[in-house]
Amino acid sequence: MSQQIVLGVPTAEEFDTEEDLPTEPMKINMGPSHPAMHGTVRIVLTIEGETVKEGDVQIGFLHRCFEKESEYATYTQVFPYTDRLNYVSPMLNNVGYAIAVEKLLGITSRIPERAQYVRVIVGEMSRITDHLTCLGAGSMELGALSIFFYAIKAREWIWELLEEVSGARLTHSYVRVGGVVADLPEDFAPKLRTVIGKVRESMRELDQLLLTNRIFRDRMDGVAVVSAEDAVAWGWTGPTLRSTGVDYDVRKDHPYLVYDRFDFEVPVGSRGDNFDRFAVRREEILQSLSILEQAIDQIPPGPILIDDPRVVLPPKSEVYNTIEGMINHFKLIVDGIKVPPGEVYSYTEGGNGELGFYIVSDGTGRPFRCRVRPPCFAIVSALPALLPGMYIADIVPTFGMMNMIGGECDR
Amino acid sequence: MALEFYSTKLADALNWARKYSLFQYPFVTACCGMEFMALAAPKYDVARFGAEFPRFSPRQADLLIVVGTITEKQGPILQRIWEQMCEPKWVMAFGVCASTGGFYQNYSAMPGCDQVIPVDVYIPGCPPRPEQVLDGLMLLQEKIQDRTGWAQRRQLREHEAVVKAKKGHLPVVG
Amino acid sequence: MSARILDRLREQFGEAVRATFSNHGDECAIVDPARIVEVCAFLRDDPELKMAMLVDLCVVDTLGLDRREGGRFEVVYHLRSMASGRRVRIKALVDEGPSGANPEIDSVVPVWRGANWFEREAWDMYGIKFRNHPDLRRILMYEEFVGHPLRKDYPKEKRQPLVRRDFS
Repeated sequence: MSQQIVLGVPTAEEFDTEEDLPTEPMKINMGPSHPAMHGTVRIVLTIEGETVKEGDVQIGFLHRCFEKESEYATYTQVFPYTDRLNYVSPMLNNVGYAIAVEKLLGITSRIPERAQYVRVIVGEMSRITDHLTCLGAGSMELGALSIFFYAIKAREWIWELLEEVSGARLTHSYVRVGGVVADLPEDFAPKLRTVIGKVRESMRELDQLLLTNRIFRDRMDGVAVVSAEDAVAWGWTGPTLRSTGVDYDVRKDHPYLVYDRFDFEVPVGSRGDNFDRFAVRREEILQSLSILEQAIDQIPPGPILIDDPRVVLPPKSEVYNTIEGMINHFKLIVDGIKVPPGEVYSYTEGGNGELGFYIVSDGTGRPFRCRVRPPCFAIVSALPALLPGMYIADIVPTFGMMNMIGGECDR
Repeated sequence: MALEFYSTKLADALNWARKYSLFQYPFVTACCGMEFMALAAPKYDVARFGAEFPRFSPRQADLLIVVGTITEKQGPILQRIWEQMCEPKWVMAFGVCASTGGFYQNYSAMPGCDQVIPVDVYIPGCPPRPEQVLDGLMLLQEKIQDRTGWAQRRQLREHEAVVKAKKGHLPVVG
Repeated sequence: MSARILDRLREQFGEAVRATFSNHGDECAIVDPARIVEVCAFLRDDPELKMAMLVDLCVVDTLGLDRREGGRFEVVYHLRSMASGRRVRIKALVDEGPSGANPEIDSVVPVWRGANWFEREAWDMYGIKFRNHPDLRRILMYEEFVGHPLRKDYPKEKRQPLVRRDFS
């Protein structure tokens, strides 16, 4: 009779991994071109086994010099550059910049009501596309590719509508100092209502696919927990801050435009982990849809641009037929809007949080200094502190839920 | 003569196969990435043109799509990615920033990714509409079939040089 | 309401607060750069002010802007109190040292952790040296880059390429 060999799994006492399989810290690069990163970012990781010991996050691969370029552009010419800051929600950047310049000009209270409503509507539509992209791409990076398709499908409906409004799918440059460039198309309201319904339906599908998905929940729940104090100290704003339980939303705390006329909630998380960041964004989409419904009901008729020849281009009929109109047009195009000397910090709620513009004017038609306060710069700056102790696989959802947008973070 | 005839036909067949099964590597840096997502998503569905499969390593790809602004800091990275790709390879500049730098003319933005890698198809637009990209993809397919891509032309040049030196016939492939 | 912040600052620091003003609803105080950490710590810890969040830290190069005196670079801090929602802007004016040495100011990273990257950016773009900063490296540009591009005397299109290749 041959001897029997018993094969089995060694118990923890017999098999001490630390001793038998010693590991040495190893340096690996995540990025700069990594498939699970929305933009180009490089993380130099020091890992021990599967655990991250240290991570150095390097950004700046998309530094396109927004601030330098805007010093050479007139106030109106800066709008296309703002489109490409947070390119997932261009309208919100447009609105934020316009509000900053208007504050410096002192015409904030004179912006026509209809223009303010239009800004709210296009802004909230942009916010929805921002969050949909974040949720879709974030889930795709965890392997849930179909979620990405559902989210992009819903985003496409909104983009089509925004294209009807502004003429461009993504980079709209629709807002102007003193209002918006054109009125909403005629049959906008019914189309928007249809789209709201369709996006709601899409969100329901998304919920069914994702919220009880074991793999998804396991990778999101309890990963990268951030406390409220830490988040505030890091300068976090927006959905990531709210996920830690701080209910700071610029739209509620410092209402601008006509946000004080809408009934909406500010969702806050309780744990500050990745899933909360996901859930806050998801709930914000629903809140934005509700704001859209209210705005489309309340929107009054009226002009969409302020009546002020120093700020707004004259109508084309005047430009071609009167000398005053032509000179006015020429001066506004060539010299730009003359903004009185001074400085202003204006802030709005962008897709990722508080989007601030700090503009210093020297009295000419071009900004002397146009600083943008990028929300995700502050958010990503906390990543090196969150990395130690994490698994490599945890970096992907954490980074995805921070929603770093290269254009905004690196400017 | 016969050998040349058949090898040319073989090259045509190979290129026909290549143009409908492009393995792409999207080097997504900026805003154009949003349109790239739209291109890959159901509505525009780049799969209809056989280029739906993004490879997440340049070593497995034969089409490099440069999506978005290339900055000076990114130049060496882009070059290394291109060098990692196997021959024959093609490059598509997606959007005006990748083509010429667009309206970013400053100390950091590179005036077009053709400063560091050879580009076969330039797609203008900021960002280009998905239809435009599909058009660019079809142009690239024509180029592949005609063997006028940069890598293919180089291959042909090298082949001709060998033929000249050896004064004999070599089968043309690719 | 907000003017109270500036009053508190003046009470506490006296001469170190060089000027205060408010326009467009923004409160602003210009303080002595040597005492910036002290001022910031006070603003954060004072039970009445509690400026817990450093919203933004940026620099303005005032070269060519004639209304400033006392320093070429303004380091600008935007603060927000999470409790009351009040905001204040603190400025510290710093100047280049003799023979164009980089201007220096103390780092506020010990006060707000979030200042880390903002200060690195200020170093990268303007060449402001933050003393006691844990890791003052370039952040947006590459290490090989010479100069500080957002300074007014840096030409906009002066590129410093790392690689160039010709494919003809």
